[in-house]
Amino acid sequence: MTYAMELNKVGMDNEGFLLNPQDWTMELGQELAAQLGIDLSPTHWRLINFAREDYANQGQSPGLRRMAQQSGVTMKEIYQLFPKGPGKLVAKIAGIPKPKSCI
Amino acid sequence: MKTLLILGGGTAGTMMANKLVDQLDRQWQVVVVDPERDHIYQPGLLFLPFGAIREEKMVRERKQTFRKNVIWKRTAIRQMDPKTKQVEFEDGSTHPYDVAIIATGTRIRPDMTPGLEAGPAAGIHDFYTLTGAKALQQALKGFNHGRLVLNVVEMPIKCPVAPLEFLFLADDYFKRRGIREQVELVYATPLDAAFTKPYAAKKLGYLLEEKGIHLETEYMTCEVDTANQRMVSYDERQVGFDLLVSVPTHSGAAFIADSGLGNELDFVPTDRHSLKASDLEDVFVLGDATDLPASKAGSVAHFQAEILTENVLAHINGQALPAAFDGHANCFVETGAGKAMLIDFNYEIEPLPGHFPLAKLGPFRLMHESRINHWGKLAFRPIYWHALLPGRHIPLSPHMQISGKQIIAS
Repeated sequence: MTYAMELNKVGMDNEGFLLNPQDWTMELGQELAAQLGIDLSPTHWRLINFAREDYANQGQSPGLRRMAQQSGVTMKEIYQLFPKGPGKLVAKIAGIPKPKSCI
Repeated sequence: MKTLLILGGGTAGTMMANKLVDQLDRQWQVVVVDPERDHIYQPGLLFLPFGAIREEKMVRERKQTFRKNVIWKRTAIRQMDPKTKQVEFEDGSTHPYDVAIIATGTRIRPDMTPGLEAGPAAGIHDFYTLTGAKALQQALKGFNHGRLVLNVVEMPIKCPVAPLEFLFLADDYFKRRGIREQVELVYATPLDAAFTKPYAAKKLGYLLEEKGIHLETEYMTCEVDTANQRMVSYDERQVGFDLLVSVPTHSGAAFIADSGLGNELDFVPTDRHSLKASDLEDVFVLGDATDLPASKAGSVAHFQAEILTENVLAHINGQALPAAFDGHANCFVETGAGKAMLIDFNYEIEPLPGHFPLAKLGPFRLMHESRINHWGKLAFRPIYWHALLPGRHIPLSPHMQISGKQIIAS
């Protein structure tokens, strides 16, 4: 099965976030990243894995500060790795919901 | 003698002390800890920069805000030890508690962004402190042309609609001074729209456009380059300013970090329904000090206080906690020119149009600009001092009501 086929199989909302985090696989993450023009390095994966774990533990997607503080990757690096809205990009690729900014 | 120790005598802590002091039996004493002499009516901070409220209307001596029998301990908190159930104060003395309520709120942290601490001398202001709002009033008086930038550094912040309200009021203020054409207004926000909730974001985004306020979204401030009067974001967007009104990063109280009780911003992990501290026994959390995905706002503290009164009394009597907070928030949003919009929402349901508090009758209209909404906001100040803080019953349900709201398909 190709990744593109896998992408067709999973449900996404109109912003491109996975509807069901259980549908996620590493291959799917790779394909989602490729579609967003991101070639995943080990540091990218460190952040993606942190976000998935944190979501599983906390029940909500981590914000940027939490990601920077707990993953050991600085905010500046995060922006270099995921330019333009890293909070949302990491969540999209990690297959977890859009991070909520508390209001 | 048993002690209910309330940490923080702001809106949340004072309401809680006044509600509980008469409901607990005589073997309990209610002690509130707060180092500041004065209680500040915080909604006034939004109006003070525009000269629309007088300082003396916003400030009362804290000792006047407590009911008889509430004991106020005027000192700062150094540490809390949930194992020995004691709190240590600045002077080194300690106080044990049987039940504690953390209500120490949130504070602004300009120190967390390089350059922000340069302050008024560098054209950088805030309106989240009395000193800041007063300095901003002077700066606005002397501001005749140029670019005013309102920047929210990071979420969550206290009163999430305040930045928008500030801009709407600024638009109105400069119009009244006849210099609106000479002033550029910019809103730089880390959010991807004017507001977080989709329907409200659309409505409020439209108002920004109508008022000619430029919106810069997904803007995460990295530093303020004071020498060149510009902000630089993590994705290297530069935004120059003549006057920067900053809403700095917010964090919880220092003792929360020092006691190892908080999350990454020193907010205390809290059960979203019962308001019990998630990891601590005999401790509850109220108002801005929680990590809940609800607004940090006085209305939220008020609705929570209703819930928490029931739960604290049940807890003391060894019963299961009966009451559940639903994330209810209710805010008047000043939109300028004597009008305001009212929004009402909770954890699950975003702000919707309709009427409040009574279906069809209102008198307030939700998600709609009107003069009566503005009067509602003005009428709130005496209610705050005379009913809310003293812990009197206010006939508004702490739970969000769906009747009176129009459901909009997203």
